[in-house]
Amino acid sequence: MKNESNENINDSSPSDKTPTSARVIAVKVDDLTVAYNYKPVLWDIDLEIPEGVLMAIVGPNGAGKSTLIKSILGILKPIAGSVSIYDKPYEKQRQLVAYVPQKGSVDWDFPTTALDVVMMGTYGSLGWIKRPGQKEKKASLEALEKVGMLAFKGRQISQLSGGQQQRIFLARALVQNASIYFMDEPFQGVDATTEIAIINILKELRKAGKTVIVVHHDLQTVPEYFDWVTFLNVKKIATGPVKDIFNDDNLTKTYGINYKVSIQE
Amino acid sequence: MDITEYIKLVFTDYTLRTITLGTAILGAVTGMLGSFAVLRKQSLLGDAISHAALPGIAIAFLITGSKDSNTLLIGALISGLIGTFWIRGIVTKTHLKSDTALGLILSLFFGFGMLLLTFIQKQPDANQAGLDKYLFGQAATLVESDVWLMAIVTGLCLIVMLTFWKEFKILLFDADYTKTLGFNTRFIDILITTFIVLAIVLGLQTVGVVLMSAMLLAPAAAARQWTNSLSTMVFLAAIFGAFSGVFGTAISASQDNLSTGPVIVLVAGVFVMFSFIFSPNRGLLFKQIRFIKNRRDLELHKTLAFMHHIAETHEDISHPHTIKLLNNFQGYTRSTLQKLVDKDYVQLDGNMWSLTKTGFEAAANLYTKQSTEDE
Ligand SMILES: Nc1ncnc2c1ncn2[C@@H]1O[C@H](COP(=O)(O)OP(=O)(O)OP(=O)(O)O)[C@@H](O)[C@H]1O
Ligand SMILES: [Mg+2]
Repeated sequence: MKNESNENINDSSPSDKTPTSARVIAVKVDDLTVAYNYKPVLWDIDLEIPEGVLMAIVGPNGAGKSTLIKSILGILKPIAGSVSIYDKPYEKQRQLVAYVPQKGSVDWDFPTTALDVVMMGTYGSLGWIKRPGQKEKKASLEALEKVGMLAFKGRQISQLSGGQQQRIFLARALVQNASIYFMDEPFQGVDATTEIAIINILKELRKAGKTVIVVHHDLQTVPEYFDWVTFLNVKKIATGPVKDIFNDDNLTKTYGINYKVSIQE
Repeated sequence: MDITEYIKLVFTDYTLRTITLGTAILGAVTGMLGSFAVLRKQSLLGDAISHAALPGIAIAFLITGSKDSNTLLIGALISGLIGTFWIRGIVTKTHLKSDTALGLILSLFFGFGMLLLTFIQKQPDANQAGLDKYLFGQAATLVESDVWLMAIVTGLCLIVMLTFWKEFKILLFDADYTKTLGFNTRFIDILITTFIVLAIVLGLQTVGVVLMSAMLLAPAAAARQWTNSLSTMVFLAAIFGAFSGVFGTAISASQDNLSTGPVIVLVAGVFVMFSFIFSPNRGLLFKQIRFIKNRRDLELHKTLAFMHHIAETHEDISHPHTIKLLNNFQGYTRSTLQKLVDKDYVQLDGNMWSLTKTGFEAAANLYTKQSTEDE
């Protein structure tokens, strides 16, 4: 399995073909500074994410990874800075962006079913007041199928396991049919099978030309899963192709201790 | 007074009819809106709003000198809204936890309201008496125009709720995500909150500041036990609320000195207790029953598995074995054996047992079957 997906990255990785400068920039963050209280938790972040990459955001707990995503998506209001999606302000481009929040951010005892949650992904394109119809239902069922959760469509969401809940969140984002996906720790608490299922879906998205940004904790799997990486710890440490910048130097700068992650050749 | 007599009275007696209708409508609308408050984990919100309304009542009286309920309720509405938006402000601006903000506003406004009430009571003016009915409510003072007002607000609330149903639902479940879809979450939030404030203010005259939050929470908490669908929950909460109003009024009317508000709240409490114990999925009783049943099933399965183990040693799976073999097995009892016979898994012949073909297959599939049985 490992080798197989490795090959996958090597032959389909866009970073091999085009130099950064010539590529379309999907997400551009300028001088972003965010503070909850006085002390900034993100400091002057500049970030350019090229179209079509599968990017990991790595950094220690409390580094500001979730905060970065939330600020890009307008959930949090930054002190300073701006975000553009394909050269236009984020507010005008919301339809292009989908979000998979950290699983723990909602109450799973909410009285609703798996299908219903996935259907929420269609609300954005529906706009105000209009109710989802057959078309939305069909799209949602397809998304459920894609994440292997079709059998659970009528399940009350509290009766799903953590990994299944994670897949429901993924399906909800898939149904948005966006160009750019932001995912906050989609591998949190899932077993190996689910992890592989999820990463395959992400790779499929990349193959379809989408840009996928993932907060990721498992440093061992970064080279295997991703082609792009951003090191973050309050400040942006580095961003670029995994094969160029995923090294002990950047890891040490980000995590503060001497890191020796041996990267496969 | 017996029941038929009472029902007749509800339809013929003007005052009783007004009160019954009023408390029923009030129960329905607070139950409905209470579902939203409960699901947002804002159980204290109702308490905070009703307490925050008290100074408004006192100030409205001080300014106008009138005890007309509509005038006073407008005062209550204004101070209730001010309190609510201060709570919002505190939470968004200072990162205090929302229960801290709620508690703070609740006690500040209530304290201030009580201060004003004592001040009013000390005035040398015969007109001041009766404001304290807003503390514990007095359903008997409901008149037809009050009920109309409640009906109109309830109707409006229904229309708004049906119109923005999808927006309400998604905001309740995942507010951050709702924002990323481009919805103005502030607008939805203010809409919900405003209706909660309206419903609470309308109930002050009947149930009073102190007990009002129970009207919001009890029907919703009871309804949650019975369903896993938001729409059913809201509907049930409205029904429970309405029945609390009707039963509460009936009980207090037939025991002539009981005040209506507390009785309504107690009835709502009975709904909650009943639901917590008897609801089929989440209720304590059925949980216990399921637990016992599961444990019995497990014993049965263990015995079957054990028998399967023995039967396997023989070429012919239905070869008879002696019951003595089972005696040193833990899960085995006479009754489990009988149950297996009833299920046609096992045949008994004197002191010998043998697995049937179905029994053998059932045993073989015991642990692989689980997942398919599920769906
Ligand atoms: N709501 C909040 N109020 C105040 N401070 C916060 C809040 N949320 C996060 N923080 C602080 O901001 C910093 C960054 O938090 P953030 O959640 O972005 O980190 P993270 O990189 O996602 O961490 P993790 O790996 O644990 O998910 C942390 O120091 C955290 O304590
Ligand atoms: Mg995080």
